[in-house]
Amino acid sequence: MNIILAKKQLSDDVFMMRLACPHIARERLPGQFVILQLDNEFGERIPLTIADADPVEGSITIIFQTVGKTTHNLADKQAGEAVQSVLGPLGQPTHIEKFGTVVCVGGGIGVAPLHPIVKGMKAAGNRIIIIVGARSRNLIILEDEMRALADEYIVCTDDGSYGRKCLVTEPLKEICERTPKPDLAVAIGPPIMMKFCAETTRPFSVSTVVSLNTIMIDGTGMCGGCRVSVGGQMKFACVDGPEFDGHKVDFNNLMQRLKAYRKVEDHAHHKCHLESEISQKEKELL
Amino acid sequence: MSHHSFEDLAKAASDELDVLKKRVAPLTARDRMAIPVQEMPTQDPAVRRRNVQEVAMGYTPEQAQVESLRCLQCKNAPCVQGCPVRIDIPGFLKAAGTGDFQGACDIIKQSSLLPSVCGRVCPQEVQCQENCTLGKALKSVDLAVSIGRVERYVADLERETGKTKPPVIKPETGRKVAVIGTGPASITVAADVRREGHQVEMFEAFHKPGGVLIYGIPEFRLPKRIVQAEFDALTAMGVKLHTNFVIGRTRKLKALLDEDGFDAVFIGTGAGLPKFMNIEGENLVGVFSANEYLTRANLMKAYDFERADTPIYRTGKVAVLGGGNVAMDAARTAVRLGAEEVHVIYRRTEVEMPARVEEIAHAKEEGIIFHLLENATRLIGDENGCITGIECLRYELGEPDASGRRRPVEIKGSEFIREMGTVIVAIGNDSNPLIPRTTEGLATTKWGNIIVDDAGKTSLDRVFAGGDIVLGAATVILAMGEGRRAAASINELLKK
Repeated sequence: MNIILAKKQLSDDVFMMRLACPHIARERLPGQFVILQLDNEFGERIPLTIADADPVEGSITIIFQTVGKTTHNLADKQAGEAVQSVLGPLGQPTHIEKFGTVVCVGGGIGVAPLHPIVKGMKAAGNRIIIIVGARSRNLIILEDEMRALADEYIVCTDDGSYGRKCLVTEPLKEICERTPKPDLAVAIGPPIMMKFCAETTRPFSVSTVVSLNTIMIDGTGMCGGCRVSVGGQMKFACVDGPEFDGHKVDFNNLMQRLKAYRKVEDHAHHKCHLESEISQKEKELL
Repeated sequence: MSHHSFEDLAKAASDELDVLKKRVAPLTARDRMAIPVQEMPTQDPAVRRRNVQEVAMGYTPEQAQVESLRCLQCKNAPCVQGCPVRIDIPGFLKAAGTGDFQGACDIIKQSSLLPSVCGRVCPQEVQCQENCTLGKALKSVDLAVSIGRVERYVADLERETGKTKPPVIKPETGRKVAVIGTGPASITVAADVRREGHQVEMFEAFHKPGGVLIYGIPEFRLPKRIVQAEFDALTAMGVKLHTNFVIGRTRKLKALLDEDGFDAVFIGTGAGLPKFMNIEGENLVGVFSANEYLTRANLMKAYDFERADTPIYRTGKVAVLGGGNVAMDAARTAVRLGAEEVHVIYRRTEVEMPARVEEIAHAKEEGIIFHLLENATRLIGDENGCITGIECLRYELGEPDASGRRRPVEIKGSEFIREMGTVIVAIGNDSNPLIPRTTEGLATTKWGNIIVDDAGKTSLDRVFAGGDIVLGAATVILAMGEGRRAAASINELLKK
C-alpha cells in the first residue's frame, strides 16, 4: 500500500509524488485532502491536499513544500518506497456547478489543491480565469496544466521575475471591476493571501471560496484542533470544510492558531536541518 | 489517604493468607467479613507524577486470593445483576479463592472478552461492587469485594504467562461481516461473529486499532500493550484489520453491502465529536478539547519529547473544565507533561462528579487542585491570541432539581479571573456525524445518535450499531454489552 510511483522536484522546496492509493483514488473529489504519516510509532500526522488522481491507475498525486520534519523526510523518499499511512479522502468536496465565470487564485503551493477544482469547474462548463502568484518565477508550479484549463491565465511574482510584479489581489480587483463581474472566486494559498483576496472581492459581492489548511490530528472530527470561526460559529475544517465562505472566516484567529506550535517546531526543524547537514557532510567525507 | 508501599501490602496479604490456610474448618460468613479489604498497590504519587507508567501496579497472587476469599458466595448473586455482561462473579471468585487463577479467568472469559481492560476501567463501584452484599453489610461500597482488581489479576496472569487460549472457531460459513471502528463495542462484535465461522473485517480511521482505549485512556491507566494484545488475539482468530480506512470517505457504507460482498455491517464509531462550552475565547491558542490533548499525548506519544514528532502545548498552569473521567485523565496527563499547577474547574460539587472516586482520589494524590461550584464564563487572551486566563463565576447549591440533585445556582457578580496558560475542555462528546452524513436512510436522534431496535439493528437492512454512537458517551463495558447484543443479532441473521 501507499507505494511512491513517481517523484518529481518542482522547485527548490516543492515536490510532487504519485502514490498508489487505489481506495482514495476511486473516491476522491476536488477539494478533498489526505492525512499522511511516515512512522506509525512516533511520526506526526499531516494534512496534504490532493492535486490529482487517477482511479484507473489507482493513484493520487500530492504536491508538498518542505516546511517541517515530516515533509523533509517525505521529500527524501524515492520512487518504490512506501509511505506508512495515508488516510482519505477527507473533507467535503468542492461544490461544483456551472456558475458562469470563475476566477481561481492560487498562491505558491496553493496552486496544487486549486488544480482539481479548476478541472472540475472547467468540466462543468465555467469560463476560467486563473491568477497565480509566487515570490519568484522558479516557484510557479503546474503552469502547463493550469494554462491548458484557463481561458485567461495571469501570473504575478513578488520580485517581477515573471508576469506582473504585483500581488494577486491587483489583477483580482481588476477582474471584479469588469462587467459582468465574475460569478465566483476561489482562492487557495497562504492564509494572509486568502484574507486579502476575500477583502478584495467583498466590495464587489463576489462569493469567494477559500480552502483552509489548519492544524489537524485525526481529520474525522474527533479532535477539534482544526476549529475555525466562520460567521461567528465554530466549524471544524476537517468535516465541515476545508472550504468555507472567505467573507465569513476569521483569518486573524486562523493565523494565530497556525502558530500554536511555532516554537517547538522551529526547534525540531532546526534539529532536522542540522541532521540533514550532518548526513550531507558525512556523505561528502566518504 | 496515605500511600502504602507495595512491599507492605504484599507482606500483609501474605501473612493473612498464611493464617487463613492454617484453618481447618471452612470459612464462615463472619470469618470472610473479618478479612481486611486488599488495597491496590500503586506507584508513589511523588514518583508517578513524572512518569507515564501504570499507576495501579496490580495485586500480588496472595492479595488476589485473600480478596477472593472475602466473597460471601451469595446464592442470589446481586453483583451479577450489576454487571452489564453478566459475568459469573461468585464463580470466578470461588476459583480464585482456592488459588485456581486460570479457572477463574476461564469463567470470566465465558462472558467478557476484555477482562484485562475492564478490570482496569470499569466503574465497578456503581456496577457489580455497588450491589455486593459484603459492602452493604460493612456499610461502605469501598469495603465490597474488589471484584475488578481480582478480574484484572487473573486476566493479566493469563496473558503474561502466555496461557491465553485461542477461542474455538466454527467451520467457515463463507459469510462476511464488516465492523466499523475498533473500540470496545467493535472488538466484541468481531470476536463473537468470528467465533461463529463468519469472516470479519474491521475498519479503523486511525493508524492503530483500539479506539478510545488507544487514543483516549492514558497509558498510566491502561497500558497500550494490553490493548495491542487483544488485537493480536483477534488477528490470530482470523479477523482482518484495515487501518487508515474511514468508512463514509474511503468507502461508503452502502458500497460495503452492495459491491464488496459484506452480508452485514456493524457501526461502532463512538462518540467522537468534542463538545465546547460556546463561550467567548474558545478558539484562542492554548485551548484544547480533551480529545485533542489526550490524542496528542497517548496515540501520538507526545509525552516522549525526544522521539515523538507531534508537539504538545506545555505551560506552567493548566486548567481542565469538567468533572468526568476524561477530565481526570487530561489533568493527570498535564501533570506528567510537567505542568507546575493543574486545576480542575467543575460547576457542581465532588459528589456530583461523574468521574470515578478512585480517579478523583488519584488526581488529588498527584497534586491536582479542585475548584468546585465554579464555572468558566469567558476565556481571555493576549494580543497574539494566546490564552492567559479564565473568567470564572462562583455557584452555590440551590433547591433539588427533578433528578433529586441540588442544582448549582450562579452567584451574581462573583466573577473573578484565574490566570492560565492552557485550558482543556472536557465536558463530553457528541456522536460523530461522518457515517450518518454519508449514509442515506440511516435514522438518528436529533443529537446524532444512531437509532437501533432491541436487537441492535438500525433503520437500514443488515446494518447494526452499538456503543457510544448509539448510547452517547458511556463506558467500555456498556459498549461491550451493546456489541454482544448486536453480534447475537448478526449471527442470527446469518443463520438464515
